[in-house]
Amino acid sequence: MPSDYFPVFVFLLIAVGFPVMIIALSSIVGPRKPSPEKLMPYECGVDPIGSARKRLSVKFYIVAMLFVVFDIEAIFLYPWAVIFKDLGVFGVVEMGLFIVILFVGLIYAWKKGVLEWE
Amino acid sequence: MLEVVITIGIMLVKMVIVLSVVMLMVAYVTLMERRVLGRMQVRHGPNRVGWQGLLQPIADGTKLFFKEELTVDKANKGLYHLAPVIYMGCALAIYAVIPFGNEIEVLGRVIPLHIADINIGILYVFALSSLGVYGLVLAGWSSNNKYSMLGGLRAAAQMISYELPLGLSIIGVLMLTGSLSMVDIVNAQEHVWFVFLQPFGFLLYLICAFAEVGRTPFDLVECDNEIVAGYQTEYSSMKFAIFYLGEYMHIIAVSAIAVTLFWGGWRGPFLPPVVWFIGKVLAFVFFFIWVRATYPRFRYDQLMRFGWKVLLPLTLLNIVVTALVTLII
Amino acid sequence: MTLFFFLLIAIVTVISAILVIVLRNPIHSALSLVLTFFSIAGLYILLNAQFIAAIQVIVYAGAIMVLFLFVIMLLNLEKEKRVSEKHPLQKAFGVSIALFLLGGIGSIVATGVLYGNMGTETAAKVSAVGNTKAIAGLLFTDWVLPFEITSILLIAAIVGAIVLTKKEL
Repeated sequence: MPSDYFPVFVFLLIAVGFPVMIIALSSIVGPRKPSPEKLMPYECGVDPIGSARKRLSVKFYIVAMLFVVFDIEAIFLYPWAVIFKDLGVFGVVEMGLFIVILFVGLIYAWKKGVLEWE
Repeated sequence: MLEVVITIGIMLVKMVIVLSVVMLMVAYVTLMERRVLGRMQVRHGPNRVGWQGLLQPIADGTKLFFKEELTVDKANKGLYHLAPVIYMGCALAIYAVIPFGNEIEVLGRVIPLHIADINIGILYVFALSSLGVYGLVLAGWSSNNKYSMLGGLRAAAQMISYELPLGLSIIGVLMLTGSLSMVDIVNAQEHVWFVFLQPFGFLLYLICAFAEVGRTPFDLVECDNEIVAGYQTEYSSMKFAIFYLGEYMHIIAVSAIAVTLFWGGWRGPFLPPVVWFIGKVLAFVFFFIWVRATYPRFRYDQLMRFGWKVLLPLTLLNIVVTALVTLII
Repeated sequence: MTLFFFLLIAIVTVISAILVIVLRNPIHSALSLVLTFFSIAGLYILLNAQFIAAIQVIVYAGAIMVLFLFVIMLLNLEKEKRVSEKHPLQKAFGVSIALFLLGGIGSIVATGVLYGNMGTETAAKVSAVGNTKAIAGLLFTDWVLPFEITSILLIAAIVGAIVLTKKEL
């Protein structure tokens, strides 16, 4: 029922509004004395070397991609779990097949060394 | 009309109570951590401020509140302020679906002790964990600081790598319950708690919960002697406090979910349900602190390898074994 | 009441969708897209499809957009600079396609040919068991084959991503 979600909606607003309120109050109450040293990025006390925007490893992309794929698998597992008792053996077999195929994908990633050194 | 007003009034009262109790618990869990860690390291924790240090959180909070608001040059102002809000918001919003107790009767009305009973309760929690990643990524990116950015990305990669086995480890519980609603899950544990039916699932959930929250032994991305303070380096004053408090909120929330899913929620003999619930949650929090005092931390590559090569196959195995056992019995 | 919430969520959706295109910083665009998906999840809840709403947030806003953000950060995209060249043909083409789509959607809404409670899965039937069980009941019985083919699609995605990023196979 959509009306069940009204408390959730209100609580979400509170959950987001609470930290916003804290930050707003604190910025009103605290002192303001900016100086060039304070505003520089922190790098163990020395001046920063080079720009902050460098190229990063492509491993993050692969991790995110694997995460998307297995997240979708998890999404299929949730409705299967709630209806699993009614499906019987057929349900176990079909989901087993699904899991095995995706597990093969994981093993492929494993063998390719993608899951190493993150 | 009056009915609607009363319902909304009750809802708001419940929310204010939950918010206050959570904030109070968070504040005193920080003190509890420092005292307990201290005793485990054979020293006193802070015990000067107020009797036994009970005013310490208030002193810390007040100090942070009045500190200067620094924003790094060239930082992306909007994202810089948005990141802690997302992080704490996601941790706090989890409390909307947790059942704190059974039902109480006030003035002839039966009031259930949860803010909302939605029929996809556990998916809502999963969704909020997924959104919490943005808090870390944006914090790192917007600070315009090499170390923050790297720390933020690594924290995000850690969080998403462990979110998968976290989501999969509770499928066993769902198979036993047949419903996604948190209230139904607690009700289904009337005779036996799920930790006895799904011990392996519970263990996997617990390990993943440690990694999700970023606690030892998985706290590489934010501990004191690595990458300075990681994605939090450029945060000062209340924004830093929000990350700090948000982390403890997340710890308590994750403990509350563990209690709800595996340890019978508010169920227990003799004492009122809410007391049981808070007691169990505090036991879990104590366990978090205990583990922090005991274990060294994983290296980042060990951590990622563990999540993908060990935990993910084990959670899938848990699901298959649960399915087979349930069918045979 | 429902109308009020629908209008609220719909306005947020449309505004954040417009912001995706209008904002110049790619990270701001990606975040607007996250907000768009979140509001669409809200619309799903109003339509009594709670499971789909949760999946929308978990997969779209929580996984795919994280992937987008990682890629934007990896590629180190800067703010888009305003291109000052004139492309009159491009503009004319774009405007005519947009008008065509608008006309199509408008004609469907105007003639009101929207099938509500027809078919076997009526709203009452779905509410009785909950959206998740209703979907599960059909997905794993009548529609098993598409479900299994999805797994093959997913493994193709894994292999594709790995092949793209590894230099030696």
